[in-house]
Parts: sequence; structure tokens; C-alpha cells
Amino acid sequence: MSEAVIRPARVALVGNPNTGKTALFNALTGSRQKVANYAGVTVERKEGFVTTASGRHLSILDLPGTYSLRARSPDEAVTRDVVLGQLAGEQAPDVVVAVADATNLRLVLRLILELKAVGRPMVLALNMYDIALRQGLRIDLDGLRAELGVPIVTTVATRKRGIDDLVAQVEALVAAGALPEHENQWRAPTAGEIRSAHREAQRILKTYVRPPEHPDTLTGRIDAVLLHPVAGLAILLGLLFVMFQAVFSWAGPAQDLIEAGFAVLGELVAQVLPDGLLQSLLVDGLIAGVGSVLVFLPQILILFFFIILLEDFGYMARAAFLMDRIMGGAGLHGRAFIPLLSSFACAIPGVMAARVIDQKRDRLTTILVAPLMTCSARIPVYTLIISAFIPDRTVGPGLNLQGLVMFGLYAAGIASALLVSLVIRKVFWRGAVEPFLMELPTYKLPSLANVGRNLLLRAQIFIGRAGRIILPLMILVWALSTFPAPPPGATQPDIDYSFAGMIGQALQPLFAPIGFNWQMVVALIPGFAAREVAVAALGTVYAVGDAEANVGALATQLSESWSLATGLAFLAWYIFAPQCAATLGVVKRETNSWAWTGVMFAYMVTLAYLASFAVYHTAVALGWG
Amino acid sequence: MHALTAQSAAELSESRADGLVRLSKVRPGDRGVIVEVRAGHAADHGVDVDELERRLLEFGFVEGAAIEVLHEGLVGQDPIAVRVDDMRVALRRRDAADVWVRLETK
Repeated sequence: MSEAVIRPARVALVGNPNTGKTALFNALTGSRQKVANYAGVTVERKEGFVTTASGRHLSILDLPGTYSLRARSPDEAVTRDVVLGQLAGEQAPDVVVAVADATNLRLVLRLILELKAVGRPMVLALNMYDIALRQGLRIDLDGLRAELGVPIVTTVATRKRGIDDLVAQVEALVAAGALPEHENQWRAPTAGEIRSAHREAQRILKTYVRPPEHPDTLTGRIDAVLLHPVAGLAILLGLLFVMFQAVFSWAGPAQDLIEAGFAVLGELVAQVLPDGLLQSLLVDGLIAGVGSVLVFLPQILILFFFIILLEDFGYMARAAFLMDRIMGGAGLHGRAFIPLLSSFACAIPGVMAARVIDQKRDRLTTILVAPLMTCSARIPVYTLIISAFIPDRTVGPGLNLQGLVMFGLYAAGIASALLVSLVIRKVFWRGAVEPFLMELPTYKLPSLANVGRNLLLRAQIFIGRAGRIILPLMILVWALSTFPAPPPGATQPDIDYSFAGMIGQALQPLFAPIGFNWQMVVALIPGFAAREVAVAALGTVYAVGDAEANVGALATQLSESWSLATGLAFLAWYIFAPQCAATLGVVKRETNSWAWTGVMFAYMVTLAYLASFAVYHTAVALGWG
Repeated sequence: MHALTAQSAAELSESRADGLVRLSKVRPGDRGVIVEVRAGHAADHGVDVDELERRLLEFGFVEGAAIEVLHEGLVGQDPIAVRVDDMRVALRRRDAADVWVRLETK
């Protein structure tokens, strides 16, 4: 039996960002993909499988885009280490496929020269070849093939053209033994070596590529509007408005459906199983816990739909350009805009999206402040407290006091995120600012198939996270709220006798200075699983059945038992408090550090406590105690 | 010591006797050719100067490249979008200061 049958040949896709590399990966592998992380680093590992016409199996690795093997970010380091065969748990690829945007060859030629130095068998895929032809760009394929000494294939990934040809070329190299041409001679180039590689690329370009007869002018014309200092920002704000409208209004029906579905599932299980611990674990722990996280899936998908669409179109780099100085004032990178935007739906995709930032410090800052953005899990809590304590009064033309408070809470979240990132830069980075260099890609019409596939991938990743990280935490919180069982003849709600109840009452003196009573502290503990669970927990401790469906009754109950000062302090607490175990879990994963997770937890608790303290005592001084 | 001070003053100046200007000083519509990319600017970039030079080179800011300034941001006219040969790159003015260009006379 030949080796090819025993294990699939390994093929790695390497290329500059924005060359349609992922589209090519999708066209090659279709739905035969799996996504994981590289061992020990939080970089997405996308692998797919192809069976060639002759029955040979290929495993295709979609490596992060890079301009050079001299890596600058964790993502690019993975590309370098995989290509060099230096990444733990990964073997060097048998064949490297260099993916190039046929209309933009200059920088990729330099990358190809670096890959040649590595010595692995290589195929060059000139992608977006249709656009090159349409522009009247002429490439002397035979000359280039002879010059570079590698097979060249022209592809149009979005239309699945040239894919069979690419597979055939790769297979030919595999069949020939896929032996390295020489030992690896690559090492990080010096400035002088980059210059001479550029000159070499320039010479190759001049010899074999005739510049386009009709160069793309559309991108320039679109940019004249979208990058206009004033109009561009106005359009960006308009886009944001539409996105938020969509996230909050389109997602509603789907969220109701998910909630109802989990409620029915919980009832079914409750009917089938006898009362007792197992029933409680399944219904109150697992089903309610998973449901409370999955309910955000529609919002996350709608948000990612817009983000992927705009990214594929080429707009996201423009958004980063427009926002860079505005956010840079607070010590954030222009690219932090996208993760922070995502955090309005949920901090988890926001923290994950921080991967697009290639500078380590900028990325960490973004991750640390992302949970300060008002995520949608805060909305049920805000709604409850506002309806209990803020009068439904008109304070001006079209201005409602309750709406105004809600807006104020959002604004406080944004302002504090900017302030905290400024402090982080001063304290941890001592004011250092990393360079900001970013390609503004040519605009392209997004392919719906690619958007759909990426969306599916996001959903899989989110659900996977929900399973692996969030589930165990949910069970822990359930256990704390359930054990020990109340003594016989107990008159108070069960949770009062549990560990959560004990912890709540023990911690209460700590919270007394900010006006919290012990019932609130008890509710904060299950609220740690996910912010909005605090609503249900308050319902439990105040013995209001089905609090989430019956917010009115709970609000009345709260307005009778809390002072206005206490209600406002609770709102202030929720702006800052790290009341979300899932976010902490994801931050640990993404930063690969308990220390940074600890820093985030500590600063958020401190801010929450100080803010509640200030709000409570100001309110008491105003006679609202 | 005096010579050193004079040299750093020259490095920080906005234009040079040979007519070159820093890329950090250009305005939209300006066109020209990159004449020199040399790290050594005093600003703190969070990375050492040699690293900044290599990053600029990797994005195509290399001697001989044709540039055209396309856009600038609203606040402080920063960052700038530049066409470098046949691609578009966005960068902050503070990072562009190490690139010296000879502008076409309009």
C-alpha cells in the first residue's frame, strides 16, 4: 500500500490578505471542512479535504494571510511556522499553493520568492483571473512559469473556475514524490534583503506582466465618497444605525422561538423525569443555561452577516481608516472598531473578532475593554430596573425619560471603554503606539455562497464555545444555587438556603456601602452565568413566578422593596460588572493568560463598585434614599 | 556632541535642502516618487526603528515607488490613504515620517 493511501497529502494555501484565498479554499473543499485552533495558540485552523479524480486524498490547510514569512502577528506566525514545519503538532506541508490576486502581483511576488527559499514544492494560483482579463492585464504565463520554476494555474474561485486544474497540478507534484527541492534556506530578511527582493519582484513584473489597459477606476470613485472625511463618516454612522436596527428588530422573532423552544424542552423533560436532582440539573442547569446563551445566536448571526458582507466587499478596512484617529485618541487601533461593534450584541464574538488586529498590545487593549460595550444581555436587566424606578414621563419633544436613561447607560459604556483603553495604554504600554499600516483592498462584489458558508462557520464556532466553555460554568452556578437543599419546613425560597444564598448573605456587608440588600447579592451569583439570568434570580428570591415573562409584577415588587438610590446603584453596577462567566472564559482562551483575565475581572469589579458607590451616595444625598 | 545634535535636528526637520519632504507632510492630490526610506525618526512607534522600516518596505514603501496621496482622515487629517505603485495603503502620519518623497511640481 502506498503512503498516499495511508495519509492524505498535506497542502497549505499561503497568500497575501484579500487575494480570495478563503474563497479558493471553499471552492476546493466545499462542505468538507473542519475548524479548530492550532495547539497552544488561539489562531483558527481551517482544514478541508479533497478527493482527486484519481481517488487520491488531499488535506488542504487555509493559512492566515500574510505579506511576508517574517511574521508580525500571532496569525502570521502560524503561517510561517506551518510552512517551515516548526509548529508543534503540525507537519510541514507536502505542497504549498501560493494564492495571488492576479491584478495585484507586486507584493505576492516577494512572498513567493520567500516561499521559494523554503524549498517546498509549490503551485502558484493566479486568482481573480477574470478581473485581470477584463482590465486588459496581460500575464506571460509561460515566461513567468519558467522564471519562477513553479507550475501556474489561473483560477476564479468565486465561480469555481480553474479548480480542477489546480487540483491536478497539486496531485502531479504529490505523485512525483513531493520532495523538497532543497533544504530550507529561509531566514528573516533584513531591510536590505527586502529591498533587493522588491527589485527582483519589480523586474519580474516588468518582464512578464503588461499593465492593464483599463485599470480599475471604480474603487477610486467609490472611495471618493466612502473615504470622504465628512460624507464617509456620515455613511458609516448610517450603516451602523441600519445594523443595530437589524440586530435588535430582525432577531426578535427568532429569539422568541428559541426561548419558547427551550421552555417546551424543559417542560417535556420535567414531565418525563421525576422531581429531584436529575430533573433540576437537566431543566434548571443544562437546558435553561444553554438556552440563555443560544438565545443570542440570532443577534450574533445578523451582526456577523453584516460584518462578513462588508468585509468581503472591502469596506471594513475603510471603516478602520475612518475610525482610526477617533479611536486612536483613546489608544485603540482603527481595526478595534469591528470587535467593539460586535460587542454590542455579545462580548464573546467581540473578543474573538479582536483577532483581526495584528498588534499584540492593541489586540489586548481591545479584548480588555470589549465587555464594557453594552451587550444585549444587559438589556433585560436595564429594562427591569428602568421600568421599576424611572417614571415613564416625557421630558421634552420626543424625549422619554426611560429612553433617555437607557441611552445614558449605553453612552456610559462607550465612554468608559474609551477611558479605560486610554489608561491601559498609559499604565501597561507606557504610551507606546504601534504602527498602523493597512492595505485598502479593491472593492469586490461579495459572493453570497461565501457569505453563507462563513456565517455557518461562525454559528458552529459560537455553539461549540457554548458547549465547551459555557456549559460547565452553567452547571457550577446551578450547583451553587441548588445545594444544599432547604431544610424540611423551610419557608423562604430554596435559593436562600443554598451556597449561593450563604455566599450572598456573607458578602452582603461588603455590598452594604453601595446600597445592595442581601437578596440582590444572592441574585448576582447566578447572574454570573449570564447577565440576564439575574432577572430570573431576582424573581426567585422575591418569589415572583416566571419573572422573565412577568417583568411587570417583579418591577412592582422591586420598586416597593428597594429605594430609588438602590435601583440606580444596581444599574451603575451592571454597566461595569464582569457578570458573565462565558466572557471571562473566552478572554482566557483568546489571551492564553489567567493574568490578563484577572486584570479584566479586577478592573471591572473595581469600576462597578466605585460607580455604584458614587451613584448610591449621590442619590441618598439628593433625598432618594 | 554638537555634531550629533545638529544631525538629530536635521532628522526631525520637515524638509531637506535636497527638496525631499516627509510622507507625513503630504496632502491629498500630491504625487511623487519615494526617494528614501530610512528609520531613525525620534518618535516612539512601539517597535524599534529597524522594524518600522521593514514593515514600511513590506507594504511597498520602497525607493523608486510612485505614490499618490488619495485621502486623509477628518481629525488632524490623519491617517492618510496613499496609492503606492498599484495598491492602496492606509497609514498614520507619525509612521509615514520615515519615508522621504520627491513631489511633482503641480
